[in-house]
Amino acid sequence: MEEISSLLQGFAVALSYKNLLFMLIGILLGVLIGVLPGLGGANGVAILLPLTFTMPPTSAIIMLSCIYWGALFGGAITSILFNIPGEPWSVATTFDGYPMAQQGRAGEALTAAFTSSFVGALFAVVLITFLAPLVARFALKFGPPEYFSIQLLTFCSFIGMGREAPGKTIAAMMLGFALAAVGLDTVTGTLRMTFGRTELLQGFDFLIAVIGLFGLGEIFLTMEEGLSFQGKSGKIDPKIVLRTWARLPKLWVTSLRSCLIGCWMGITPGGATPASFMSYGMARRFSKSGNKFGEGQIEGVVAPETAAHAAGTSALLPMLTLGIPGSPTAAVLLGGLLIWGLQPGPLLFVEKKDFVWGLIASMYLGNIAGLLIVLTTVPWWAAILRIPFSIIAPVIVVICAVGAYTVHNNLFDVVMMLVFGVVGYVFKKLKYPLAPLVLALVLGDMAETAFRQSMLLSAGSLSIFWSNGLVGSIVTLALLILSWPLLSRLIAGWRDRPAPA
Amino acid sequence: MTAAATRWVELVVALLITVAGVVVLGDSYRVGASWDADGPQAGYFPHIIGWILAGAGLWIAGKTLLKWRALAGKPFVSWVELKLVLTMLVPTLVYVALLAFIGIYLASALYIGSFMIWQGKYRWLPTVLVSLGVPVALFLLFEVWFLVPLPKGPLEHWLGY
Repeated sequence: MEEISSLLQGFAVALSYKNLLFMLIGILLGVLIGVLPGLGGANGVAILLPLTFTMPPTSAIIMLSCIYWGALFGGAITSILFNIPGEPWSVATTFDGYPMAQQGRAGEALTAAFTSSFVGALFAVVLITFLAPLVARFALKFGPPEYFSIQLLTFCSFIGMGREAPGKTIAAMMLGFALAAVGLDTVTGTLRMTFGRTELLQGFDFLIAVIGLFGLGEIFLTMEEGLSFQGKSGKIDPKIVLRTWARLPKLWVTSLRSCLIGCWMGITPGGATPASFMSYGMARRFSKSGNKFGEGQIEGVVAPETAAHAAGTSALLPMLTLGIPGSPTAAVLLGGLLIWGLQPGPLLFVEKKDFVWGLIASMYLGNIAGLLIVLTTVPWWAAILRIPFSIIAPVIVVICAVGAYTVHNNLFDVVMMLVFGVVGYVFKKLKYPLAPLVLALVLGDMAETAFRQSMLLSAGSLSIFWSNGLVGSIVTLALLILSWPLLSRLIAGWRDRPAPA
Repeated sequence: MTAAATRWVELVVALLITVAGVVVLGDSYRVGASWDADGPQAGYFPHIIGWILAGAGLWIAGKTLLKWRALAGKPFVSWVELKLVLTMLVPTLVYVALLAFIGIYLASALYIGSFMIWQGKYRWLPTVLVSLGVPVALFLLFEVWFLVPLPKGPLEHWLGY
């Protein structure tokens, strides 16, 4: 068991006094980010990324990934106590979590949410521990066509499995690719789409886009709702924790199903949000008390939280092994790796063993620490949400502006952040998905390089994408998923047609 | 009373996306979107993106027009909501414009302070505490501990930074 010994070495890295401290800071910051409106996993990590440039990469990624776990935990607090999802993936948690809080069962709901988040994450980390080295070894043999086909699969699954209209997903994604192409083309040395402006020479940094789209856009939306936070008390009695824990094992079927849904949606980048909805829907369909969902069923909290955390965690698997992130936050972490001079992908597992296994070990520790921290500090976080929005909103905008500036020490980026903020607001209102835009912006250059190299190999013929069994089946799968909305409608129509006489 | 109907916003955004696609296409053909002696030209990949982008924009626009009647009466944003969004957007615009001249610390203090008085109707004491506390915290965190310089203006220069 090579993985086990590597993992133990990883624990030795992660358990250093300094890294444990960064882990703790990360979790606390993460919960704070998850609780505050306008700051979420993706833009929170993006804002803090410049602060880690001087840190050793292992400590930096441990802290940043812990921010991510913390944000995943934090989203549940606002959903249950305030009926306000702090993060998109905790929308489904409000359906049953808030009714439970209204009935005075907030402690039970919070315990269930945190514990099932933990279970989902743990399942995904175990999966990463044993699957990631295999995937990485397999991916070492990949050439440009294989890489492009994996990216094609990524983007096709957004279109085919997303909840938004396919046209809008395609438009958002292509905008991301177009923005990624702006600036100097490194292969030919040609300037593309700069229109003579020096500001555009560097192209668009996706960190700025993330901060604007997710941060400012969210603030504008929250402002529009004219929120006044009215929450339930969030005190957790240890007795209730124990009682809830005693009940949870009975829900193991729901948990296991949610873990599987979450991991699947995380690895194929459906993301945490669709995973939580899908898992909630499945739990309602299969539960004996399915008709009572929405009135405060504990399963209605367990299912979406487990899936969201499993998806959020497993999104790091393709990021580490293939360099293809499964979620916007994973994309930001990938951007961090590149800045620290680490090339994500299969070689990372060979060349930077310490880093990879330190990170994986910190996922175990970070989630355990996260569970304990949120269980003990809930009332404190709930108090933060009672700070009026007229104080929180400008402070968050200032933090976003500082974050956007520090990426390149460039004031033009702050202006771009504001532009992305308005775009994010309009796109959110018109239900354009933002995640494909961000992922396309991150992966644009890589996808283009892989595509170009493939075309060079085949002298411009697309047949290279069916030149061997592996790449052929990935591309075919991608096209199948792409046309899934159409296919499923055809199948449904065919089933419903009147039986031939 | 609404400021704009969703179907109009939907249509305009879709057309803007189409225009963006056309811009990408135009630039791709300008730098060359075909095959050179040494492989695909710089516009080869973007021109595919441009076509799909323009196509997606037209698709959304077409879908909106097809459902034009059914979409009637759905407001994009009400006047009340628009006013709330503008109370956030306008000060933020001013803030970003000010950043370049007076530095991020002073601009942030003014921005937070004015927002608290104007929107939150706070008294002077809490306003001063928060609007000065945040920039001071930022200063300690960035300039002192992490040694990341933030934009500074005349005030900071006068203070010796």
